[in-house]
Amino acid sequence: MNILKFFTAGSVDDGKSTLIGRLLYDTDSILADQLEALQSSNRKNDDGTIDLAILTDGLRAEREQGITIDVAYKYFQTEKRKFIIADTPGHIQYTRNMVTGASTANLAIILIDARNGVVEQTIRHSYLVSLLGIKHIVVCVNKMDMMDYSETVFNAIKEKYKALAQNLDLKDVTYIPVSALKGDNIVQPSAQMDWYDGESLLHFLEKVDTDLQDKTAQARMPVQWVIRPQTDELHDYRGYAGRVLSGTFKLNDKVTVLPAGTSSTISKIEFFESELDQALAGQSVTIHLEDNIDISRGDTLVNSSALPIESKLIEADLCWMDTRALDPSIMYLIQHNSKTTKCKISEILYKVDINTLDKHAADDFKLNDIGRVIVKTADALAFDLYGENRANGSAILIDSRTNLTVGALMFRATVE
Amino acid sequence: MSEYNFDYLDELEAEAIHILREVAGQFEKPALLFSGGKDSITLVRLAEKAFRPGKFPFPLVHIDTGHNFEETIQYRDEMVARIGEKLIIGSVQQSIDEGKVIEQTGKSASRNALQTVTLLDTILEHKFDACIGGARRDEEKARAKERIFSVRDEFGQWDPKRQRPELWNIYNGKIHKGENVRVFPISNWTELDVWNYIRRENIALPSIYFAHQRDCITRNGQLMAASPFLNMDDEDVVVSKKVRFRTVGDMSCTAAVESDADLIDDIIQEISESKISERGARMDDKVSEAAMEDRKKGGYF
Repeated sequence: MNILKFFTAGSVDDGKSTLIGRLLYDTDSILADQLEALQSSNRKNDDGTIDLAILTDGLRAEREQGITIDVAYKYFQTEKRKFIIADTPGHIQYTRNMVTGASTANLAIILIDARNGVVEQTIRHSYLVSLLGIKHIVVCVNKMDMMDYSETVFNAIKEKYKALAQNLDLKDVTYIPVSALKGDNIVQPSAQMDWYDGESLLHFLEKVDTDLQDKTAQARMPVQWVIRPQTDELHDYRGYAGRVLSGTFKLNDKVTVLPAGTSSTISKIEFFESELDQALAGQSVTIHLEDNIDISRGDTLVNSSALPIESKLIEADLCWMDTRALDPSIMYLIQHNSKTTKCKISEILYKVDINTLDKHAADDFKLNDIGRVIVKTADALAFDLYGENRANGSAILIDSRTNLTVGALMFRATVE
Repeated sequence: MSEYNFDYLDELEAEAIHILREVAGQFEKPALLFSGGKDSITLVRLAEKAFRPGKFPFPLVHIDTGHNFEETIQYRDEMVARIGEKLIIGSVQQSIDEGKVIEQTGKSASRNALQTVTLLDTILEHKFDACIGGARRDEEKARAKERIFSVRDEFGQWDPKRQRPELWNIYNGKIHKGENVRVFPISNWTELDVWNYIRRENIALPSIYFAHQRDCITRNGQLMAASPFLNMDDEDVVVSKKVRFRTVGDMSCTAAVESDADLIDDIIQEISESKISERGARMDDKVSEAAMEDRKKGGYF
């Protein structure tokens, strides 16, 4: 059994919370006392049935306003898989929360209201999915019950979305007609849509490939912590603790330590009380090297035969996440895995209107703005491009006046 | 999994170890909040995997309400001796004696709410800048919204509307003096995940997690262990039942469930089939729909 992390893009009006509620309800993931709390709540559907949307709205302000403000994480499992849902808000003023929820997902559900078809919000959500490099996309055309479960309606929306997907270079897209309210094609196949011969949403989620490994990615491990017991019997013990971001490290591999550029050979890979032949992407291990070289937190171990880019100038997509606008005249901190250094946004190349996808020149960056910038860092970063290696191609910006996380960066190119 | 054998428990474990090492790397004076419950016992195991053969880069901190299950304290002391790490105890009794909090009265009196003051005082006294806790997002809907690195102001308060975005696996631990960060490495684990992990790792637990015979009374439809810490009167009928506890908290607010599950396999079976959530056995969550959100805003774990 493994884990699929996915997020849902859509608004409450599209039935997003109802869809998640339905997934939980129909997989028997709602427990009796939670159900009781739901039943005693004042919110009901028009026909008196339980409003499944309440399941996902966790904060008092959200229940009061009937909207999702922040990301809520929900968990359920079937015999085949454990699922982590990031329930993200769909309104444009909460774009930063959607980016947060999407950043760790490997599948996105784009929800379309069958009555409205592809709308501005669909374009915006799909753009964010492409920006963040989410591998799989499921387009759920919801509220089919309100359109007489019409195949013609579904096909028209599908054709329209295909054009958008092509425009955004989204490759792996699956289309499912559903009614979250009635439960059609969420867990159980629908009896109302004989014309649809695909799977229900849950069945699709149960078998979609979840391979975390970026196929082309090379071995990278940022050092988080150096283990040095300094006891009598472990006097010379020096282990570099970290989580493998991508690729595979094997015993006797030649590795390079960046930014120093020194090379050595892996003499031992440890995981707690056992020794391993190799460490794979996703594993937290402790690596030992043959030579005694100076390594500390913030350094990265990489396979010597495939070095990452090292640069102080990086072209990146930036999503601004703070109410205080970007100030190109001040220094920010950039956190790239275990390394933090000072930086400036030295140039704004363009901003994207995320409703129309038009690019335009800009000299400011405000909350939820997205666009392309050039980042100039104090120390060189050892990175890969986001499109090839999500984990080593991303970073956050921190405002050192407030310590808030103010931006998400996706590295796109080197600068000559 | 398609290419290599890395199952969901391995993935959750690797994520938690990564988070623990980030705490070690980013903070000056972290601490691990240890309650004696299964979640914090799991954290200790994960810390061993993250830092051995070195020492933990943080002490364990127990906020002791004084209303403990004996078995938990015995377990705590044996465990601390076995792992050879430092234990700091913050005493709610001491906070009461110093007049910082006032003991509740009445039938449903509990020291659960008083813990927050003792916790904040302990954080202040030792200048902890990060406190690792075993809270999980599946426990409760306010927790479902909380970040893995969750910043508290100098009054210990959580502001759910001003949470920092938390992207990819990058955790921002930058804080101002006086603030601290609560860190939740097992945020993404469910109750069942924790039990499956405990079984896989063969981790010992306090005996109260397993079915045993105990004197109980019924309060608000729930079974409570009869103890000197519970304000009982003539209406309370003490009956002996075979029970176990699903969470371990203060004796005056932790309800038992009737159970015959005395082996871990039976417990896992029981939880898989259970229709009552774990926090359903916590009287402290029953106050209102926003009970947990309000307590967290005030500085609770």
